Amino acid sequence: MIRVVLPPHLRTLAHVESEATLEVAAPVTLRAVLDALEARYPMLRGTIRDHVTQQRRPFLRYFACEQDLSHDPPDTPLPDAIVQGKEPFIVLGAIAGG
Amino acid sequence: MSKVRVLVGTRKGAFILSSDGKREKWEVSGPHFAGWEIYHVKGSPINPNRIYVSQTSGWFGQIIQRSDDGGKTWHQPGTPKGQAPEPGGVAKGDSNKFAYDSSSETGKPLTTHQWYDGTQHPWEFKRVWHVEPSLTDADTVYAGVEDAAIFKSTDGGENWKELSGLRGHGTGPKWQPGAGGMCLHTIILDPQDPDRIYIAISAAGAFRTDDGGESWKPINRGLKSQYIPDPTAEVGHCVHHIAMNPKRAGVLFMQKHWDVMRSDDAGDNWREVSGNLPTDFGFVIDVHAHEPETIYVVPIKSDSEHFVHDAKLRVYRSKTGGNEWEALTKGLPQSDCYVNVLRDAMAVDSLDKCGIYFGTTGGQVYASADAGDSWNPIVRDLPAVLSVEVQTLP
Repeated sequence: MIRVVLPPHLRTLAHVESEATLEVAAPVTLRAVLDALEARYPMLRGTIRDHVTQQRRPFLRYFACEQDLSHDPPDTPLPDAIVQGKEPFIVLGAIAGG
Repeated sequence: MSKVRVLVGTRKGAFILSSDGKREKWEVSGPHFAGWEIYHVKGSPINPNRIYVSQTSGWFGQIIQRSDDGGKTWHQPGTPKGQAPEPGGVAKGDSNKFAYDSSSETGKPLTTHQWYDGTQHPWEFKRVWHVEPSLTDADTVYAGVEDAAIFKSTDGGENWKELSGLRGHGTGPKWQPGAGGMCLHTIILDPQDPDRIYIAISAAGAFRTDDGGESWKPINRGLKSQYIPDPTAEVGHCVHHIAMNPKRAGVLFMQKHWDVMRSDDAGDNWREVSGNLPTDFGFVIDVHAHEPETIYVVPIKSDSEHFVHDAKLRVYRSKTGGNEWEALTKGLPQSDCYVNVLRDAMAVDSLDKCGIYFGTTGGQVYASADAGDSWNPIVRDLPAVLSVEVQTLP
């Protein structure tokens, strides 16, 4: 079971109170987790990745096991701790704006 | 007794202000979608409990919300109401997917537009500025977006398709963004001719279709903009807003960047009616519900000082279709006031004594139940107001 931590606004959209949990078939990659997240919570489509380009939205970042994965290729396997559910995959909003 | 429901979009959420026909006591509901920018909220004239919302964020992009019960509950069209979908559930649509059409032959972008440095730039979707529900079908709704284009949904907002004849008609490469972005902010549906739609873009100008959105033409003859290389160019004008009394289709009033304009022939020709206004810069313009020659603007000091003139919040009313204007000040602050009133932030109800409403960047929403003679704040301390619409309910 993959655990995903979302920013508060996305938790509200998805009607998720704490972490989202997902079944993701191997290999567990960045793309596979995001695909599974959007399939389970279709209201999140377009809010993390652009609908058309599938690029990460500029003010969001991906973190896992204290690593910034935002610039990793989308098919990079995620750390074992994420795959085993010991650590969450984190979608983080930038501290920006006012 | 009739009721009114004022739909307010702000920088940090939506609010619904409700009153009976006296329009004296108000109930405030909100914030809905707290923390998000709500560019526009508008109800269907066919089914007033069907309300569409443009909800946007610099972080998370565009969301479309819909209510089918007058704003009590909301959902993204195509997803379950008020809950996460069941595992394995499939969404019916992509309510926030606004994909620009590309060339059917090459798959390449339909066109490019002029960037700030004069080079050509591809269209990039940023947000929905305006939602315009159909006059005849509650499931049909139009969206005006940035970068400027118009989209249409016929399934209650679940899926959107661009009416690409607008961008593709030929002048697209000459359009350029204004300071607020290149936005399509005004959509007017003609109640007498279902194939006729007017739109306005900053900074391209006004356009009209007479065939339901297949083909479009610029309608900017008579506009003069001193800040562009050719002041009378076919396109390139920074139109801020257009208003039309639905009972007198074809007569249009425009607040341009500078200049208040009027057209009596569906936009084919425009003439200036700024008359004795203290400044003819501004954003909002609207028309009385029952007196089609009575119009309202809020003059703003200048394009470099986006606040009211002389630190006084004054609505100006013309009962002669322009040129002769009177200041309406009763109940409005007349000193130390430095707010702006943005382009979609004025609306009129259709009660016998026409009500006028507007919201300010200072977070006030003012109402007049006597066609502008006197004003009262419904609320004083909302986030900056982006849009105001009103529904007149039985």
